[in-house]
Formats: sequence, C-alpha cells, structure tokens
Amino acid sequence: MAKLIRTDVPRTILSVILSLLAICCIMPFIIILSSSVSDEMTIIKEGFRIFPKDFSWTAYKLIFQYPEDLLRAYGVTIVITASGAVGGLLITSLVAYTLSRREFILRGPLNFYVFFTMLFNGGLVPYYILVANVYDLKGTLWALILPLMVNAWNVLIMRTFFVQIPEALIEAARIEGAGEYRIFFRIMIPLSTPVFATIGLFLVMSYWNDWFQALLFIDDRKQLPLQYLLYNVLRNAMEVANLSQVGGQTINAVMPTESLKMATVVLTVAPMTIVFLSIQRYFVRGITIGSVKG
Amino acid sequence: MKTTGTVNVMRQFKKNLPLTSMAFPGILFFLAFSYAPMFGVVIAFKDYKYDQGILGSEWIGLKNFDFLFSSGAAWTITRNTLFYNSLFIISGTIMAILLALLLNEVKKKWFRGVLQSSYLIPYFISWIVVSSFTYALFNAQNGLLNPILESFHLRPVDWYTDGTYWPLILVIISAWKGVGFNSIIYLAAILGISREYYEAAEIDGANKLRQIWYITLPHIKPLVIILTILAIGKIFYADFGLFYFLTGHSGLLQPVTDVIDTYVFRTLQVTGDVGMASAAGFYQSIVGFVLVILTNYIVRKMDNENALF
Repeated sequence: MAKLIRTDVPRTILSVILSLLAICCIMPFIIILSSSVSDEMTIIKEGFRIFPKDFSWTAYKLIFQYPEDLLRAYGVTIVITASGAVGGLLITSLVAYTLSRREFILRGPLNFYVFFTMLFNGGLVPYYILVANVYDLKGTLWALILPLMVNAWNVLIMRTFFVQIPEALIEAARIEGAGEYRIFFRIMIPLSTPVFATIGLFLVMSYWNDWFQALLFIDDRKQLPLQYLLYNVLRNAMEVANLSQVGGQTINAVMPTESLKMATVVLTVAPMTIVFLSIQRYFVRGITIGSVKG
Repeated sequence: MKTTGTVNVMRQFKKNLPLTSMAFPGILFFLAFSYAPMFGVVIAFKDYKYDQGILGSEWIGLKNFDFLFSSGAAWTITRNTLFYNSLFIISGTIMAILLALLLNEVKKKWFRGVLQSSYLIPYFISWIVVSSFTYALFNAQNGLLNPILESFHLRPVDWYTDGTYWPLILVIISAWKGVGFNSIIYLAAILGISREYYEAAEIDGANKLRQIWYITLPHIKPLVIILTILAIGKIFYADFGLFYFLTGHSGLLQPVTDVIDTYVFRTLQVTGDVGMASAAGFYQSIVGFVLVILTNYIVRKMDNENALF
C-alpha cells in the first residue's frame, strides 16, 4: 500500500504538469474561437475570454455577406496546396527512392548534391531576382507553387524510410521482370504510407501556411492566398484600432473589428487543423521512423 | 580492351537509365531553386540594374559591403540574429529533451497520444495566425496581459513600443510553437533504446534519474549533436515570420528585434536597395556556411562518430 502511494504521487504530478502544458498549447485557439462568436462590445469592455459571454454570429455573417475575397483566397490556397503537395510528393519520393538504391551509380554524388543545399544557399536577393525576372514567374501562381515543392530535408527523411524496406522484395520483383517504375509504384508506394502521410502533411502545411512567396511575388489581390488575406485583415484592423485611439475615442461599435479578425483566423486555421488531426496518427510514426535512423 | 570498356560504360548507362530518369525532376528542381541562386550571390559584387540582368551589370568590388558595414546596421542585425538563435537553440533543445523524457514516463498510450497532438498543434499554424494571438495579448486597448499586470498593481507595459521584454517573449513563443515537434523526434529516439539496459540498471538498483543520466541521455547524444550542428548551420538565418509579424513590424522595436532576414527583406522590398540587400545576404550565406563546416569539424575532432559529414 505504501509503495503504491509512493510511486503514484510523482506520476500524478507528472500527468498534471503535462496536461497543463497541453492546455497552454490549445488555449489560444479556444480564446480565438470564443472571441469570434462574441459580441464586439463585450470584447471591448471586458477583453477576450475563454467562454463567449454574449453570443453573436455577427462576425461570420459579415464575412459571408461579401464572401468573394475569402472564397477566392480559399480557391488560390486550395489550388496551390493540392498541386504543390501532389507534385512535391511525387518528385521527392522519386529522387529519394533512387538514393535508397545501393546499386545506383549516381547515388553518392546525388546524395551530396541534395545534402549540400542544406548547408549553403544563395540568399533572398538572387532567389528573388531569379524567380521574378529570369524565370519570369512574378504575378503567377507558379511562383507560389514551384519554390516550395521539394526540399532536402524531406528527401532525406523519405530516403531513410525507403532504405528500411527489405531489398529482397525489390529483388523478387526484378526477377519477375518488373522495371524500376513498376517496382516504385506497385511496391514501394504501398509499403510507405506513413512516410507519404508525413511528407504530405509537411507539404500541405507549408503551402497552406505560406505567405512569404505571396509577399514577394504577388501584387494582384485576386491571387492572394488565404494567409495573406488574413494578414491584410489583421493589419487593417490594427490600423482602425490605432486610428480610433489617436482620435481619443475607443468606441468603434459599428465595425466589429476584433470578432471579425478572430472569425477570419478561425476560418484560416480550421481546415489545416482538421487535416492534421485526421492524419497525425501516421505523422508521429513517419517522423519517428524517418528521423531516428537518419 | 577499349571496346569492352565502352561496352561496360554502355551497359552501366543502360542499367542506370531508369533510376536516373526518376531522379531527373528532383535534380532539375535543386538546380533551378537551390544551385542557380548560389551562383547569383555574385550580385553582391555588382551594381545590379534590372534591365542589365545579373551577368550584364557592372562589377563594383566590395562597395556594397562598404555601405553595409559602415551603416552600423550590420552589427545590430548580426548581434540580434546570433543572440536570438543561440537562445532558441539552447532553450529549445533543453525543453524538447525534458518534454520527451516526461512523455516517456506516460505509460497510457492514449494519454500520450492526446498530449503529443496538443503539443503539435501550434507547430502547424502560420506566424500570421500566431501574431493574431500575441496581438490579443499585448495590444494597448484590450490586450489580455495589461489588466492582469494591473490586478497585481504592476504598471501596464506598452508592448509594441517598449523592447525590454521582447527577448523573453520571442523565446517563449518560439518554444511554444516548436517544442512539440522536437520532442517527438527525441521521444522516438528514446523509445528506440533497448529495454534491456533499463532492466539491468534496475537490478543494479539505479533510480529513475540515474537511469536517465547514464542510459537515456548518452543514447540520444548523437541525435542532439546532429540536430545542433544543423541548427548552428542555420544560426545566421532567423525565422522571418517570427520577427516580422509578431513585432507588428514596429520601428521602435527594431533595435532589439531586427535580424538579418528582416533587414534584407526590408532593404529589398521597401528601400529597393538591391546592392545592400545582396551584400547582407551574401554575408549571411558565407558566414552560415563557414559556421556549419566549423561546427562539424570540431565535433569530428572531439568524437569522430557523431560528425554529420
């Protein structure tokens, strides 16, 4: 009995500490969600809170009254995310597969070729000039899609995963007369769900969250992705708030800026969160396998 | 002799052709988006004009660097970048390992899964979204933080003009966003350690802390070293979004929050000074590269097995 208590107390403390940390990670999302359905005046008078006090859909109603900007931004983001993630997965996995094949004659040099890009890069200015002026992608969606498609880190994680697939499987397929492409698409891909889910999630995340490419290359507001739209909403709201402060009055009851901002945040974050929660099971596994042995 | 050589080469070529063709799109990608910009660093030594292009612009030697280093900005941004990144590396690594060790003690699988997912969620949102959280905390009108300070009879702070607390704020937020992900990597390494070591230690009467010190930590040491080398290689690269959005690009905070990346971006996009921006970028690339080579060299001297290359 004494022993049971002695071992259980630290364990309970541990659980409490870890749960508190988890709450710290989730709390901002709850506050944002709650603020987005709160009455603007209540937010101004009493600040943000965890549970909405005076429930109100005003912010969402306002957004969906003129949904063109939001829907267009959703469209842009979905197009770049889908095409970028699919293309990125294909190119990354193909190059990673060749790096996992011991008999491939270019394996050594190619490994270095990929790895070196992690050590040295040309920096923002040459990159900007190349993409904008030489490749002439400025003002096109290609500028949002292409640069993020492949990176060395993803290639190395995938390679590490492929290396662990027993070579006997590839040998057997070769004896059956299967070519490299057939082996890759029929054997490697079906056996690699966790790592495809992981890299896929990384790619979806980097496209969904991207604003930097848009900041550099997009001027036309019809081509702005979701994150950039959010940035504009936040910035405008900040300016409105500052203006009203300068004017000596804190009342801007006409424009529900705070709840409007928060509602936009919710609409931006929600799809990504849903994607994450639905494939995080694979994700932890993929990261685990890909990174430890690498 | 010569003919068999050619035949061999032909056979090798044929044999490797399918794999080479598979690697081709990736090779092309890195050529276009990684290697071409590497050669573009010559812009730093040129008086770049958009109409003359990279090759056509006039060479001006080190003039761009003269401007950069005499402006005084070089010192501020170097200091800030190194200061913050060192803080992030040290605090981030310690917190991630600590969290992984704690998570390792959670035996209920579902509970560990729920915790891990919660810690990961911040990793998946953009800095713009994070900046909306911090704005809700810090803004002067209805921020959450100042009323709390007031209730403890402390003076409210004008967060977006007063730089005093920003180092602490940035470290906390950076940890909040990244620690979940890094702890997964460490936890994976810890879970990979054979149970036998711990069983043997228990028979010898070693308590939990001693087990961690003598078994767990030595086993994850190689991983810590690899991740640290990679992090030091990037120590000259700041997380642009963190420094750009969270500070609301307030000019008053710049002395404490301006880093190389924000400086390059501002110089390029706002001032339009390609020369100065590319000089700062070149400086960043070269020093970053030297640092990663140096760190790896030192690690190899100390302990050959753990070096990255």
